[in-house]
Amino acid sequence: MNIYAVKVIYKYEMLRALHTLAQSFASPVISTALYFVVFGSAIGSRIEQIDGVSYGTFIVPGLMMLALLTQSIANASFGIFFPKFTGTIYELMSAPVSFIEILLGYVGAAATKSFIIGLVILATAGLFVPLDIAHPVWMLGFLILTCISFSLFGFIIGLWANNFEKLQLIPMLVITPLVFLGGSFYSVNMLPPVWQTITMFNPVVYLISGFRWSFFEVADVSVWLSLTIVLGFLGACLITVWWMFKSGYRLKQ
Amino acid sequence: MQPIVSISNLSKTYTSGFHALKDVSLDISPGEILALLGPNGAGKTTLISIICGIVNASMGSVTVGGYDIIKDYRAARGLIGLVPQELTLGAFDTVWNTLCFSRGLFGKKPNPDFLEQLLKELSLWDKKDSMLMELSGGMKRRVLIGKALSHEPSILFLDEPTAGVDVELRKDMWALVRRLRESGVTIILTTHYIEEAEEIADRVGVINKGELLLVEDKFALMHKLGKRQLIIQLEEAVDIIPTTLSTWALELSAAGDQLTYTYDPRHVNTGVAGLLRSINDAGLLLKDVETSQSSLEEIFISLVNAKP
Ligand SMILES: Nc1ncnc2c1ncn2[C@@H]1O[C@H](COP(=O)(O)OP(=O)(O)OP(=O)(O)O)[C@@H](O)[C@H]1O
Ligand SMILES: [Mg+2]
Repeated sequence: MNIYAVKVIYKYEMLRALHTLAQSFASPVISTALYFVVFGSAIGSRIEQIDGVSYGTFIVPGLMMLALLTQSIANASFGIFFPKFTGTIYELMSAPVSFIEILLGYVGAAATKSFIIGLVILATAGLFVPLDIAHPVWMLGFLILTCISFSLFGFIIGLWANNFEKLQLIPMLVITPLVFLGGSFYSVNMLPPVWQTITMFNPVVYLISGFRWSFFEVADVSVWLSLTIVLGFLGACLITVWWMFKSGYRLKQ
Repeated sequence: MQPIVSISNLSKTYTSGFHALKDVSLDISPGEILALLGPNGAGKTTLISIICGIVNASMGSVTVGGYDIIKDYRAARGLIGLVPQELTLGAFDTVWNTLCFSRGLFGKKPNPDFLEQLLKELSLWDKKDSMLMELSGGMKRRVLIGKALSHEPSILFLDEPTAGVDVELRKDMWALVRRLRESGVTIILTTHYIEEAEEIADRVGVINKGELLLVEDKFALMHKLGKRQLIIQLEEAVDIIPTTLSTWALELSAAGDQLTYTYDPRHVNTGVAGLLRSINDAGLLLKDVETSQSSLEEIFISLVNAKP
């Protein structure tokens, strides 16, 4: 194991975030705070409790997920896309590192950043609404799994994208709609039956449901199903990355 | 001696279908400086990229320090430092950080003293905290060299190290290359400039259209393929070459005061002595005599043009 390589990749990815501190940490926190003001206070005051939880509190897990998913993908995809774009990737490819070490460095750093963002948002939310976390261990577990699997997913996008447009495409066209339609701001059983069925094909629903359960013990689906889906997604991402490195996909001629 | 880099029957066909390398075999000895000479698109960068693990070979194999570059990629790559042809550097790093990064990436534990000495040797010490984007092209080139040397490789690949580099820096670079060689580093460099190969290399390989046309000791090559010329200055100009000299392949200059005799120095009987006697007998007065040897450049051009 080339520990020094993992260390330097991790360190420089974290340093990159520090250089752009405002963009990396402040902006997701500010936008989440804005959601609270708009949804929690303005709209929330007109909405009854959902499943016995006040609306402002109810949306906390969904908002965290929205930030975690977009930040994990953005961070990890950019982290590997940028060296490809500038050409500095030559060094990574000619270095004595395995794909595991590259993943630990890049995905580890991106996941760490998302994890910090998640905690900061949670703390921010605590300023606006009362928060009791029913299952802190489950909550942390989902938080960490989400950070890792979506950073991995972002890494795949960064490897796949060969221009800036593609880099933005998936997060904008796929992730944001899936999160918004995945029950971040409502409970799935508030939807008409047809939409409830369609929604069940949205993997993010399971993620948000499980995460919300760890807070309030209310869920759209069983927490075990949620966990299975998240682990399945993580496994699929790992296999994809492994294949990409093995075949040199978009990396090696 | 065991070769430090051994390339056997290497071929590369890019996904575009382009055949960039054709059955290249080459052994490189430890401690030598090998110059790869070839026109644009000859396949020099492709060859280096395969050895360093950036491009996959289509056929053939390479070992570095006895390690297969695929099976034992860790051991093989750990020995290599690569300075790429393009000035590829991140923008937002400092010189110091990027060197630390490279060293770590190659699995070496931090060694600030070594890096400090390296930066001083590259005249970059005062720039250590500068951002990479603030550096001039020549400085960036030196940073790339620094990155390649940061993990103390025993083989250094320099892909066109002197492109866009001024005379001063070029001299510094050759001084550095010589120092590295003295410390036992094997150096493989590519260049378009024959003078460069002539000046610095021990051996010269000529690549054209994906084929390695020859690899030869520099002096042996010049000796083997070089033609020598005897230039004879005459005291008094003549209109035509005297008929008594017609058996010699002589050329008369336009002004009529200079005779050029081209011969092959490998021949036992070059005929130089006889020629000078005959000139004397013909009644021509010699003013001066000099010889010149064809340079690598001429050898190179004749080689590259010989192949259709
Ligand atoms: N990624 C690629 N896909 C397709 N063809 C390529 C690729 N990279 C290089 N080639 C082709 O392979 C040939 C050899 O290229 P290479 O870069 O090895 O040449 P070179 O000898 O380094 O040239 P130069 O002196 O200009 O740097 C060229 O014809 C080039 O167009
Ligand atoms: Mg080249």
